[in-house]
Amino acid sequence: MDDRKPIVIVKDLNYRYDRDWVLKNIQLTVNKGDFLAIVGPNGSGKSTLLKLILGLLKIQQGEILLFGEPLERFRHWEKVGFVSQKANAFNKAFPATVFEVVRSGLTKRNGLFKPYPKTTVKKVIEALKAVQMEEFLYRNIGELSGGQQQRVFIARALIGDPELLILDEPTVGIDTKRVSAFYELMQKLNREKGITLIIVTHDTGIISKKVSHVACLNKHLYFHGNSSEFEQFDQKELSSFYGHEVKILTHDHQEGGME
Amino acid sequence: MIESLMKYEFLQNAFITGLLIGLIAPILGVFIVVRKQALIADALSHITLGGIAFSLLLGKFWSSFSTLNPVYGGMVFSVTGSLLIEKLRSVYKHYEELAIPIIMSFGIGLSVIFISMADGFTTDLFGYLFGSVSAVSRVDLLIVLGISMMVIVTIFFLYKGLFLLSFDEEHGRTMGLPSKTINFIFIVTVALVIAISMRIVGILLVSSLMTLPVASSIRIAKSFKQMIFLSVLFGEIAVIGGLISAYYLDLAPGGTIVVIAAFILLLVILYKNVQYKFQSGR
Ligand SMILES: Nc1ncnc2c1ncn2[C@@H]1O[C@H](COP(=O)(O)OP(=O)(O)OP(=O)(O)O)[C@@H](O)[C@H]1O
Ligand SMILES: [Mg+2]
Repeated sequence: MDDRKPIVIVKDLNYRYDRDWVLKNIQLTVNKGDFLAIVGPNGSGKSTLLKLILGLLKIQQGEILLFGEPLERFRHWEKVGFVSQKANAFNKAFPATVFEVVRSGLTKRNGLFKPYPKTTVKKVIEALKAVQMEEFLYRNIGELSGGQQQRVFIARALIGDPELLILDEPTVGIDTKRVSAFYELMQKLNREKGITLIIVTHDTGIISKKVSHVACLNKHLYFHGNSSEFEQFDQKELSSFYGHEVKILTHDHQEGGME
Repeated sequence: MIESLMKYEFLQNAFITGLLIGLIAPILGVFIVVRKQALIADALSHITLGGIAFSLLLGKFWSSFSTLNPVYGGMVFSVTGSLLIEKLRSVYKHYEELAIPIIMSFGIGLSVIFISMADGFTTDLFGYLFGSVSAVSRVDLLIVLGISMMVIVTIFFLYKGLFLLSFDEEHGRTMGLPSKTINFIFIVTVALVIAISMRIVGILLVSSLMTLPVASSIRIAKSFKQMIFLSVLFGEIAVIGGLISAYYLDLAPGGTIVVIAAFILLLVILYKNVQYKFQSGR
């Protein structure tokens, strides 16, 4: 098996909501086993790019291939997991338990029309353990804190055993200690299960220590390369791209530190 | 009561129909309420009324239509109305709730026109508005039975999809869920159930059988599954209690059913208050 199989290919992509182009001429390839971080200032089009890849927005110009297939023909959505930026924009009045929410992540794997199999409880607990939320199994989702809800949604994405996992700012609202634990979990999934990861984040300080590739997006793709290249990427360039000073930590003893 | 139930066919019809509607209306109601679409039921019931008035009008002027069950007319109007609502919701993307008053007033307008064209009805329009214990025929029962089975099968197969779409539509779509198709099937199902429920609860009160039991269960349910279960339980209590009291007190069952459902809601709220005071140690 070819390990460098491209999982996501973005070609000549342009996108605009109404007048102004939000994404311009994006070229991006994510290979199997990559752990890609997309960084960029607010409003730079990061979430828009993810939504296009996930088929939530319609492609206007350009092309996207998922697992080698053009997006319009891609049907194997069970291979793709997603945790959205507005993970807590779900229907708050919905009286569902954590168990029911995480289980719903299996919908595509098990078949939309089939009842859940008996092994489901075990799988739900396993997924919750990965995010250290197993003790909340039968709690109401609306009663959890924002960070706890976020972890439940990560578990919901993990339970379907995705081959490609896409997370939009998953560490927002999660405390520092758990941010490290979160990245450890992602690295583990990436190394042990070979899951390809795309994550949008503002953790620019630590990111190059955690991921294999970095992409800097601000309407255009300013930089795309592996994390050691990213460390070489001129600090001034990055700061001007962000519009303010940005530090990249390259010393090991500062690993895990948050800004 | 049991004796009369054994003896009179119309009572059997009314009871079995009531039990079926007490089951399916709250199940659909759960999804309607969590999707914040409670008013859709109201809009559809008014358009159904238009369909019934139209059937009665046809029957009055053309004898060949007089044997046609008005339930069919109600169904056709209701389903058409549901499709119009979906269409309007996509036209007014940012004002989706506008579709509801539009369809609702249109339904009332049509009904008023048909009723005045017929110069009033000799048939019991009152029964369609507020329900009736005696008007349910065997044919009505069979229609309700058929539709109920269809609804139960539909909900069984669509449960996972409806759960996902109601909880977090965007996430559902990232799983490749055919959200448009599911929404479409759902609203047509709701339209059919509203049309068949009118004989028992009446057009004006159908929507409350879909929402009141859910309003009660949502206060105390610990999970989604439990919410469905409790809604059905409360719905059935209201229907059975309502039919029995309507029979003995000679009232329209729509009224008694809804009043009992409201009473259950009151009890639930009281229970919650007591429980809260107890927990906060006062
Ligand atoms: N639904 C929408 N309609 C119109 N414009 C939109 C919409 N969503 C986003 N935009 C615009 O598109 C641009 C990119 O938005 P996007 O959400 O992709 O940014 P982002 O990089 O994810 O930002 P953040 O870091 O704040 O999450 C912004 O200028 C935003 O105003
Ligand atoms: Mg964003």
